[in-house]
Amino acid sequence: MRQAGIDIGSRSIELVVIEEGKVIVRKQAESGYNPVERVKELVADISFDKVMTTGYGRASLEVAFDYPTVTEIKAYGTGAAALHPGVRGILDIGGQDTKVISLNENGKVSKFEMNDKCAAGTGKFLEMMATTLGYQQHTLGLEALKGQEGLEINSMCAVFAESEVTSLLAKGCQRADIALAVHQSVCRRAVGMIKRQDLKTPVLFAGGVANNLCMIHLLKQTFGDDLIIPKSPQFVGAYGAAILAGLL
Amino acid sequence: MADYTKMWTDLGLNHDNHNALLENLGNAYQSIFMSQEQRPEGMGYFDFVMSEAHGLRIQELRDEQEAGRKIIGSFCVFVPEELVLAAGCTSVGLCAGADFAQEEVEKVLPRNTCSLIKSFFGFKLGKVCPYMEVSDLIVGENTCDGKKKSFETFSQLVPNFYQMDLPQNKTPMARKLLKHEYLTFIAKLEEMTGKRIGLEDLKQGIATVNAKRKALARLSKIRKADPSPISGLDALLINQIAFLDNPARFTENVNVLCDELELLVKENKGVKAEKAPRVVISGCPMAIPNWKVPAIIESTGAVIVGEESCIGERGQRNTTDDSATTLDGLVDAVVDRYFKIDCAVFTPNQERVEHIKEMAENTSADGVIHYGLQFCQPYIMESFSVEKTLEKDGVSVLRLETDYSQEDMGQLSTRVEAFVEIIK
Repeated sequence: MRQAGIDIGSRSIELVVIEEGKVIVRKQAESGYNPVERVKELVADISFDKVMTTGYGRASLEVAFDYPTVTEIKAYGTGAAALHPGVRGILDIGGQDTKVISLNENGKVSKFEMNDKCAAGTGKFLEMMATTLGYQQHTLGLEALKGQEGLEINSMCAVFAESEVTSLLAKGCQRADIALAVHQSVCRRAVGMIKRQDLKTPVLFAGGVANNLCMIHLLKQTFGDDLIIPKSPQFVGAYGAAILAGLL
Repeated sequence: MADYTKMWTDLGLNHDNHNALLENLGNAYQSIFMSQEQRPEGMGYFDFVMSEAHGLRIQELRDEQEAGRKIIGSFCVFVPEELVLAAGCTSVGLCAGADFAQEEVEKVLPRNTCSLIKSFFGFKLGKVCPYMEVSDLIVGENTCDGKKKSFETFSQLVPNFYQMDLPQNKTPMARKLLKHEYLTFIAKLEEMTGKRIGLEDLKQGIATVNAKRKALARLSKIRKADPSPISGLDALLINQIAFLDNPARFTENVNVLCDELELLVKENKGVKAEKAPRVVISGCPMAIPNWKVPAIIESTGAVIVGEESCIGERGQRNTTDDSATTLDGLVDAVVDRYFKIDCAVFTPNQERVEHIKEMAENTSADGVIHYGLQFCQPYIMESFSVEKTLEKDGVSVLRLETDYSQEDMGQLSTRVEAFVEIIK
């Protein structure tokens, strides 16, 4: 049986198809302004027997295609537990939200926390900071790793942080140093959420921001080897949804 | 609804604003309440009251005024309806549950003020609340900082404002303060009506309110059944209407509904399937038409089995002892009843968390959703200890912080759905 999972996030859409427990398709697209249309394109040449959708746009797929839905909390929990049995916590930093999820010893979600309405400290925040600093989004982490420690960004609001960054630039600070400070601020916030929930280890780092080398480096300073970086951190939710499709 | 245009004009309502509000309210009511399945027949009365909340009910209040009764509007369950009734007056609740005239409100209040406060300011500034306009006296009270400071401004907007002080702890001195405030309030009511409150008057007032609370307690008890014969939305609505309707008629209709619900329980009939996840909501009050979070919760298939809230259990639990044979003894009994209310403005306030636990146990709830209005310090501060204490005892808790806007619906839905997935 072929099971498809679709994770329709604010910035990107992921599709995973599994057959006999093996991933046979992994596709990604930008969400853009018409995510339902993008999903149509993604699944156009793919065949599957069962499907499950998750992510912030799941309701629109339920309306458009009558696909069943599950929250991203459960999808990430299921995906993480299947990828790394024994994992007890998930940090997911996506395009517009940050989630911290606790799993019990059976891999079931026991508690979770999400950031508030705004996109403070998420992928979107890093994206905006990259633009301000004149970096490509995908090289921001790498450049930040070259930075020297010492600067501090205090604001988590993208608008306020941007003025902080601008004034640091005006002072003549190196942009790599500022980039490092930006990552440190995002990391502090994530670690704060994790501590508040008393997350057990090991912790799996998922979502698009888990591709960022500087974020990994900084989180490792707190968690060491207890931080697991999956091969495709952005696909954890879609993978979990595909597994859940099999239970329908 | 009949044509009440003239009455609304007489009350000084702004037609365009008021029509817009009624239209929104009507639409929300249709989509949230009338779309529910397996609704008990007894809800028909409450649907009718809601449809006439700005019409017939206001007409009734004006007729009462014609006949010499005074209408006392208030914002808090610490203002005793027993005393109001004893003085031959009628009590109405003025708390509001929708954003209105926000721009006007932000001219007089800071942005980071809780929605509930902004809302009653908006209803006043936008001239859309007939209850506020029909009131002969508007009673504000010193509960949270937000309310007591905003009343300084509000008292300038209305001609008939009265401020009641309230204690912040449960010491003997605090009880003395509460009694002093209730006696002062009695004197104010007597001054307005020109009539002294007698022993029998207060006895009658207590009897009326006790009957209402007993009916609401009966309804709460029925909701312990699995499946629950009534949705949390409908139960919340009844608790909201408790602040607007004629108390005797309200009581009668709650009891009629309860008769029906008890039969449904016997037949094992419910609004949701048996074993549907059961949730207790706890925290800030939800005034009409604030139905956002309960609607989200019940749209996931869960059923709300209790509201630990001023508009709910916290406001209605405990009746007043009516055995005293002197007026002062009865006033003491009223003070004792209200002094037990575990509002988060009190410190310490350990009783509240005990009550939440008790409610969760009594209703066989699978989890508690703590509802905090953004910028409501007392309840949001308490939400942390509520979460810790309950989770230590194995009760799952989800803390939500929101306001009256609709923009966080998606985020709230995800959280609530995920919580329901956990407790299922």
